[in-house]
Amino acid sequence: MTTTTLIAAAPAMPTVRLLALYLREAGSEILRMARTPSFALPTIAFPVVFYVMFAIVLPGQWGGLHKATYLLATYGVFGVIGPALFGFGVGLAMEREGGLLELKRVSPMPIAAYFFAKIAMSLVTGLCVVLLLGAVGVAFGGVEIVPGAALRLLGVLLLGSLPFCAIGLFVGSLVKGQAAVAIVNLVYLPMSVLSGLWMPLFAFPAAVQKLAVLWPSWHLAEMALGVVGQARDVRYGLHAAVLLLTAALFLSLAAWRMRAR
Amino acid sequence: MISASAPTSTSTPNVTAAPAVTAVRGASPAPVASLRGARKAYGPITALHAIDLEVRAGEVLAVLGANGAGKSTALGLLTGRLAPDAGEARVFGLDPREDAVRRRIGVMQQEARLPETLRVAELVALWSGYYPDPRPVGETLALAGMAELAKRPCQALSGGQQRRVQFALAICGRAPLLFVDEPTTGLDVDARRAFWDVLLGLRETGTSLVLTTHYLEEADALADRIVLIGGGRVLAEDTPAGLKARTTGSRVAARTALSAAELAGWPEVDAVEPSGGRLWMRSRVPDALVRRLLAADPGCTGLEVRALSLEEAFVALTRAETAS
Repeated sequence: MTTTTLIAAAPAMPTVRLLALYLREAGSEILRMARTPSFALPTIAFPVVFYVMFAIVLPGQWGGLHKATYLLATYGVFGVIGPALFGFGVGLAMEREGGLLELKRVSPMPIAAYFFAKIAMSLVTGLCVVLLLGAVGVAFGGVEIVPGAALRLLGVLLLGSLPFCAIGLFVGSLVKGQAAVAIVNLVYLPMSVLSGLWMPLFAFPAAVQKLAVLWPSWHLAEMALGVVGQARDVRYGLHAAVLLLTAALFLSLAAWRMRAR
Repeated sequence: MISASAPTSTSTPNVTAAPAVTAVRGASPAPVASLRGARKAYGPITALHAIDLEVRAGEVLAVLGANGAGKSTALGLLTGRLAPDAGEARVFGLDPREDAVRRRIGVMQQEARLPETLRVAELVALWSGYYPDPRPVGETLALAGMAELAKRPCQALSGGQQRRVQFALAICGRAPLLFVDEPTTGLDVDARRAFWDVLLGLRETGTSLVLTTHYLEEADALADRIVLIGGGRVLAEDTPAGLKARTTGSRVAARTALSAAELAGWPEVDAVEPSGGRLWMRSRVPDALVRRLLAADPGCTGLEVRALSLEEAFVALTRAETAS
């Protein structure tokens, strides 16, 4: 047999169709998760229920801080991290186990569309959580927030959820199937508590407060608190740098894991 | 195993095609897909030993073999799901992992858990959007026999229906080259026949098709050519008729006073092998063999006659070929 090369007369994908492909991939990912109660319910309901309980139902005064506003920021962080870890990490782990990812990889789907869809799903879910929290806070918690600050908070939270998508990606590349649920829970809940997302850090022992700098979620919470005026002297540059580094670290780890296979 | 014909080396079981097929190959254009010396190991287990395989434009090629023979690995290399450890895989002259290739192939893998909450039509529409010139979703669903279940969520489908959805995903892009891995496993007889008709219909429209199967019957019904794989090697390559003609035979077992060497000399016996206190003989004329056996050794016991399994038939075939 000669080494005849048969150049594939592959019809190119017009940009419009490619764009539509990305949007359709994201749309179907959002649709798929919205129809999965075991994902949609806890990721959206948990932060809202906790917020109602700790910020509104339970009484208490925190000196110069406004409780409902303070907790809006921290539960906002809690709320955007959940879909990033569960949607991305668990979703990827499940699709690797079930063979759907392999099927997509031999299909003409650009792999970037797959990740784009997961990120979009995570952002949309996070957006829903934050909007719900905000509505509850304004309606029942006496939260007063000017539109500019509200938009900044939303921006910080959504952008800030991206490093957690990277962590999710790494978890999903590390293990398959249900094991990812266990790992994500093991990371998500303790990290949230220790970063002061459920209850403010000043309610914890000094050691826990010192340790908080280790958690990327604490850095995101500091930024969110600063934006809504519930924390002073926030070093945004430093926190943003930590989050960027976190993203870079877990992206590289995930890439290394994916290549190792 | 003591062979009735001259002893052969087992290290070179590659049987190349019969002369008639070689002539056809000489006349054919460049293959649409090929493996050249492609080798793949999973840790210590070698799934494929440097195999050569080619798919020609417009043909249905059946990759036939028992479970674990290496069929799915071969398909994995051709579709770019796996990378060969050595050798190369080419589809349309390119590495199968190139985008340009993936837009021109459709793949149905053995197992894929479909997104549970997406409806059949939604999933097919999503997949169609991956291709530059897809089939209308309705047409795809009709071809796959899923038109009535278009609105059903994937999680509410039976195993056979899920296979059909996967087939729909493979054909939705109107790809000129299809790879289907054991497409009819888990389908009942009627569904299997209907599926064959669809595959043959696609072939009519010029689609090249590679399917793996462990049913000789299926390969026979569909394929222009069969590549037989066993133990990670290509054992034979022929037309279905050619292969069938070469693989008829039975296995006859008996506890007998006659020696293996003596039996090996009988024209009714193709090969003899002692196993579990009995002698196992391969024969194309089992009735005649049994009559002669009983006549020569009336005291023989433990008589058993059964058809050769696919694997045995092909081992037999391999030996016969390499001996001649």
